[in-house]
This record gives sequence, C-alpha cells and structure tokens, in this order.
Amino acid sequence: MVELIDVTRSFAGPQEVQALKGVNLRVERGDYLSIVGPSGSGKSTMLNILGLLDRPSVGEYHLGGSRTGSLSEDERAAVRASTVGFVFQSFHLLPHRTVLDNVMLPMLYSGISRAEREERAREALDRVRLAHRVDFLPGVLSGGERQRVAIARAVVSGPRLLLADEPTGNLDTTTSDEVMELFEELHADGLTLIVITHDREVAERATRTIRIADGRLSEVA
Amino acid sequence: MRVPGWLRDRFARRRTRENEVATASNPLVPPIPRADRFSVQDLIVEASYGIGARPARLVMTTLGTVLGIASLVVTIGFAQTAAGQIAKQFDAVSATQVVISPGTTQTQSGAAPTAQLPWDSPERVERLVGVVTAGLIAEVPSAGLTISAVPVNDPSAPATVSPPLIATSAGLLEAVRGQIVTGRFFDEGHDERGDRVAVLGTRAAERLGINRVDRQPSIFIDGLAYSVMGIIDDVQRRADLLDAVIIPMGAARSDFRLPGADELQVQIDIGAGPLVARQAPVALDPNAPENFGVQAPSAGSELRDNVQADVNVVFLVLGIIALLAGGLGIANVTMLSVMERVGEIGLRRALGSTRKQIAGQFMVESIVIGLLGGLIGSALGIFAVVVVSAIQQWTPVLDPFLAIGSALLGAIVGFAAGWYPASKASRIEPISALRGT
Repeated sequence: MVELIDVTRSFAGPQEVQALKGVNLRVERGDYLSIVGPSGSGKSTMLNILGLLDRPSVGEYHLGGSRTGSLSEDERAAVRASTVGFVFQSFHLLPHRTVLDNVMLPMLYSGISRAEREERAREALDRVRLAHRVDFLPGVLSGGERQRVAIARAVVSGPRLLLADEPTGNLDTTTSDEVMELFEELHADGLTLIVITHDREVAERATRTIRIADGRLSEVA
Repeated sequence: MRVPGWLRDRFARRRTRENEVATASNPLVPPIPRADRFSVQDLIVEASYGIGARPARLVMTTLGTVLGIASLVVTIGFAQTAAGQIAKQFDAVSATQVVISPGTTQTQSGAAPTAQLPWDSPERVERLVGVVTAGLIAEVPSAGLTISAVPVNDPSAPATVSPPLIATSAGLLEAVRGQIVTGRFFDEGHDERGDRVAVLGTRAAERLGINRVDRQPSIFIDGLAYSVMGIIDDVQRRADLLDAVIIPMGAARSDFRLPGADELQVQIDIGAGPLVARQAPVALDPNAPENFGVQAPSAGSELRDNVQADVNVVFLVLGIIALLAGGLGIANVTMLSVMERVGEIGLRRALGSTRKQIAGQFMVESIVIGLLGGLIGSALGIFAVVVVSAIQQWTPVLDPFLAIGSALLGAIVGFAAGWYPASKASRIEPISALRGT
C-alpha cells in the first residue's frame, strides 16, 4: 500500500536540516502501524510525505502501487481527496458548521456523488456513535466527541489510508481509549492505518511499531 | 498566416497537458463525473458560510463600500435630478421654438440676404404638422425716424433716442408667447389693410408715457399718427419686443417701404423640431429651400446633456475616495480572515482542495461583501435622492444603469480587494497550517 524508497527530506536554511535521512518503509494493505519518536525527530515530516502534503527531496514514494513523484499539485490534491484520510491532534473542525456539515466537507473535493453525500455522512457519524449529535456545533462537544467527528470526516470518503497525527494528544485516558477502539474497528474493516504518537500505550495497540530518531527509522515490534 | 513561435509553443503545451489529463491512467486519480466535482455552487455555498460566520464584522466591512457607493449614487443622482429640473424649465420654451431666417451672403456693403421670407410665410408654415403658430418679424430701418406721443416738433427739446420700430404679422404674439397687459394685439385685418395701428412693449409704453389704451391714444411715427391699441409684456422669445413699438407688416410696407421680414418665429409641438426644420424651408420656397437658415431644437434636448455633464466633481472625487477606503477595508478584513482561518485552509488542502479552489473561496467572499456593500449603498443613495426630491418637490431623475452599475461597482471593488488575500490564502502550505493548534 505504502512504500518509501530512500526518502530524504531536507529543509534549506542557513544550516540544511535533514528531517528524514534515507528512509525505507513498506506498509502493506490493512496494516496498522504506529510511529513513535521524540519531538523534532521527523515524525510530522514523515506523515506529511505519506499524506502527500509534502514531497521528498530525494527518493520515491509509492502509494497504492503508483509513483507519486510525477503528480502535479492538483493531482496530488485529488489523490488526497480520494485516497487519504487525516486525523489531527487539534481536530481542525470548522467551528461555525454543524457536525454533519463538517463530515460532509471532504466529499466536496473527493467526488462522491451528490445524492449519496448526506447519507454517507450520517452513516459515518453513526459508525463513530455520534448520530445524536448531527446538528450540534463542534464547540459544544467534548474533546473525545470532537475527535470522533474528525474520524468520521476522515473515513467518510472511503479512503484507503488513514493518517493520524497524535490523535489522542488532546484527550484524557478514557476518551483516548474510545478513539483507539474506533481505530481498531476501522482496522478490522480493512483500512490501512498509520498513527503517529508519543504515547507508549497508544503505540503498543498497533500491530507494528516504528521508531524515528534523528530522521532514521528503526523497527520496534 | 504565420503563428508566432511563442504562441504556437503555448498551444502545443496546452494540448499536451490536456492529453496528459485525458490519458491519465494513473490509478490514483480516478476520473470524477462533472456533476460531482467541486462546482461553482459549492464554491458559493462555502464562501457564504465564511461570510455569515461573523455578521458584526460583515457590517463593519461593508460600511466603507456602502458609504462610497451611496455618495457616488447621491452625487450623480442629484446632478441628474437638478439637470432634469433645469432642463424642464428651459425645455418648455426651447424645445418648442423654431426660428427661420433668410440666408445671408457677405458683400462689400455688408451682409445681404440671399432670399426673402414670403409675406404669407405664417400661412405656409402653419399648414405643416407640428406647427402651432407662426409669426413674421422685421425690424423697420428706423434711422432718422422719430417716434413720439405728441405731434409737436420742438426744436429746443433735447434729442432723444426713439424706441426701435418693429413690424410683425398678426400671429407673432402667440408665436413668441407674449402676454397682453391691456387692449389687444392687431389682427390679420389690420395687417392686410395696412391700418395705422401700433402695439407697445411695456418699456416702450413707459417711455412714451402711455399706460391706457381705452381711448386709443396716438403716437406719431415719422409724423404719421398711429393709434395704440395694446400693450404687451412678458414675451418668452425676442425680449427686445418689450422696448419696441410694434406695427403691422402691411403698414410698415406701405409707410416705410419695408423690404422684407427678418425672421419667422414658429411655435411647434414638443419633438417636432427635426420635422419642421426639414419641411419648413420647402414650404417657404419649394425652388430654393436651401436659402433659409433654421434654428430648431433637436429631438432630445441637448441642453439636458450639457447640464448633466456638469456633475459636481468634488463630490464625485470624495465618493471615489470613500470607495477606495471601502476597498482597503475589505482587503484588510479578508486578510484578517485568511490569517484566522489558516487552520481551515490547511484542512481543506489536506482534504483535497486545490490552491485555485481556496483562492476562489476567498475571492467569492470578498466579491460578495463588495456586492452587498454596493447594493446597500446604491439603495441608500437612491432613497436619499428620492426623499430629498420629494421634500423639494422635484422630479427625481435616476439612470437605471446608475443603480445597477453602482452595485456592480461594489462587486468590482470587492474583486480588486480580494485579489491579494486570496492569492495569499492559496499559497498557505497545509503542513504549517495544520501544525498550529
């Protein structure tokens, strides 16, 4: 599903910084991978490259068996819309739109048939057990509920790859558990999952864990 | 025809790009049916949420545009209304008066007429459609003529200047829209018979010391007694008649050998100007119509246009300055909104929105804010013009294009103002945008 070949990402500056150094990574379809590492180790850079938000300076990134290096900016946007789902630490819900609107947002760009959109959004919300919050504004929801809305939004377009960046970073232990259970359900349904975290407990729930330190990868389990 | 190289390259490149898209066999980019793509409607819906999110700010943002557009509409609207008002007063006379005079040619002894107005000119012209009345008028060469109210030639009296002597046909008073103060104007009978009757302009009457005509006082023109039968006042054309002694054409011809008439004053219906101007010379002399000069109002009043051009420039400039300030206000607030919504922009980019769609969203927001300001401003401006006109009892004159155009101008201001923030928004990198809280 995901393959990084000798990927290096360096940032120009007075002193060139290499956030990733010759990284090789292969994630199979249906894998559940967690990436751990101290802050500044290159985790976010890794996630940005996996999510097509950034391009590797050197190396190739294959997504779903296809090379991504030759894609134009707009094509990368289209691939993000159709193939990749994102969950962020700070949720990034639109505060003035209802829960339903928030979940329908990605379908604007992913080309899901208009007639199906609302139904799909309701299904996704049902799946994260928020069917009773459909017409609420995100501001009145708890942190765990907000993250569940974000997960519904991430999966509503039917992505093949779900990327989560510190999904439990703003949540307490109980709600973290709820979110992680949701992830496991999605994984069980066959979704490829990559979770970045520095919470050991969260990382251990994945079937495979990778550590990044100083831009290099090492297999943990 | 040779196609310049750069142009050909450009087309070639475009074609290959289209081909690439068409043949994009990349399984990652499945084709999306047109109906399910991000449409203009989606764009407007998304933008409208952005606009509606902060109503109080929206009001403040549109204020500048509202003021600018309103002041422009008020300025132009009042200029038009005032022009209409002035034109209306002028129109009544100027749009309904035609003056026909014989052409002249320059000779060594001065200007000499090349044609003569026939003595029956009024009859000939009155047959035309659109002519109400017509009257001939001629200045009688009065050098050396004395006009006085007493038949005594007093050599010791100081020399005075006699009032000018003017000969007219019977219908002239109506043609120049004069008023009789007392007595009556002479009629066609007097004219035909060459009766020695006279009508005085008010000022001439004053000079001659005549204020009543019931006893038909006489005045003496070059020693001939003329009986005064009326005094006129308030003529709309040929104000010089008020200073003159007016006698019938017939009398002027027999007593003073009047060679011909100077001009034909014609009162016409509104809008008949061009028609009368074309037909009257032919009616006067079918053989040589080109020998007459015609002054006729054009169908649409030129006067109105002239006054309209005289728009108050100062207020116009003030309005434009207010509009510029309004535009800057929109630019500022849109910029602020872009900065506040960095997270949203990053999210949308991550969800698969292209840079163009992001730019379009902020562009539409800005244009709609401008259009809103334009609409409100235009409505306020028109309201102001109508209310003031109602109070002043004027007829409000407003070009419908002014109302529509000024609202659109607001949208254009929004467009100009949104350009920079929108391009800024489209350049935001999703990575940095999503990292923040």
